[in-house]
Amino acid sequence: MRLLTHNMLSSNIKGVTNGFPLRIEVEKVVEKEVDLNPDFLRSMFSKIDWKALVHAARSIGYSELPDEADPSMLDSDDFLSRFHHALLQLHLEEGVLICPETGRRFPVNKGIPNMLLHEDEV
Amino acid sequence: MKLKQLEGLVELEQYPTGPHIASRMLFTAENSFGDVSNKVVADFGCGCGTLGAAAALLGAEHVIGIDVDSQALEIASLNAEDLELDIDYIQCDIRNLVWRGQAADTVVMNPPFGTRKKGADMDFLFNALKVASEAVYSLHKTSTRDHVRRAALWDFNASSAEVLCELRYAVPQLYKFHKKKEVDIAVDLWRFVPRK
Repeated sequence: MRLLTHNMLSSNIKGVTNGFPLRIEVEKVVEKEVDLNPDFLRSMFSKIDWKALVHAARSIGYSELPDEADPSMLDSDDFLSRFHHALLQLHLEEGVLICPETGRRFPVNKGIPNMLLHEDEV
Repeated sequence: MKLKQLEGLVELEQYPTGPHIASRMLFTAENSFGDVSNKVVADFGCGCGTLGAAAALLGAEHVIGIDVDSQALEIASLNAEDLELDIDYIQCDIRNLVWRGQAADTVVMNPPFGTRKKGADMDFLFNALKVASEAVYSLHKTSTRDHVRRAALWDFNASSAEVLCELRYAVPQLYKFHKKKEVDIAVDLWRFVPRK
């Protein structure tokens, strides 16, 4: 699972109001190289929750993103390549996603988070 | 290349999306509307991942396949690996999927037609229109056209709902309750635009 997917995903338990972002517990991270697409990154920037991305990247061992970011930084190749790496090249392969409100744990196996709910959570 | 398919589960109405229908949906989405390349595309109820794979092949930057069934996701992952495509998968019941706002650009889906479980396709559409910012492409039985249009525009707040074409969907004899060898049913290929 890429951090882009993590940046979209919220805890889905019934009654949870602050389900984003899910905390990450890491067992294994893999890197997969993909071509950098500056236009995509520029259009994604406004949709990304930057704080959540920085935090998620750090929790899986990548701390090269600045704490704050603004659109003017998108002109820098150096910034784009870090943003690209964090968003699209790092994959949480094994680990756990944790609901920030309830602490409920969603396991991630072979890169696939299991967000299935128990009957009393729907 | 032939994608691996799944022995379907009755209650989920898992019918494979044929390559003809998949390519028709994705080519139209890309060539007529520019809704695929460089976009974030979600495949709802992805099954073995045919629609998502087609989106990735047409240049979607990020594809997410979502299905409730772990066996389907396993096959989808293998298919993506065979095609050397980088696709994310999430195991989740579409009805319970929660995303931060309109996180995807485009949703593509071949939902359960709601024959075994009434309204299943409408649950999919409701959620697709919540998470897509640009467009939702979906297949629904032609016999339900008026109902689908009304639900999309009035209940789910879509800003437009358009039938792009009518297709024949060959449902193979997969389940015991299927009496005939193969049945052709008429389905509509829809494009819905969510309100921003």
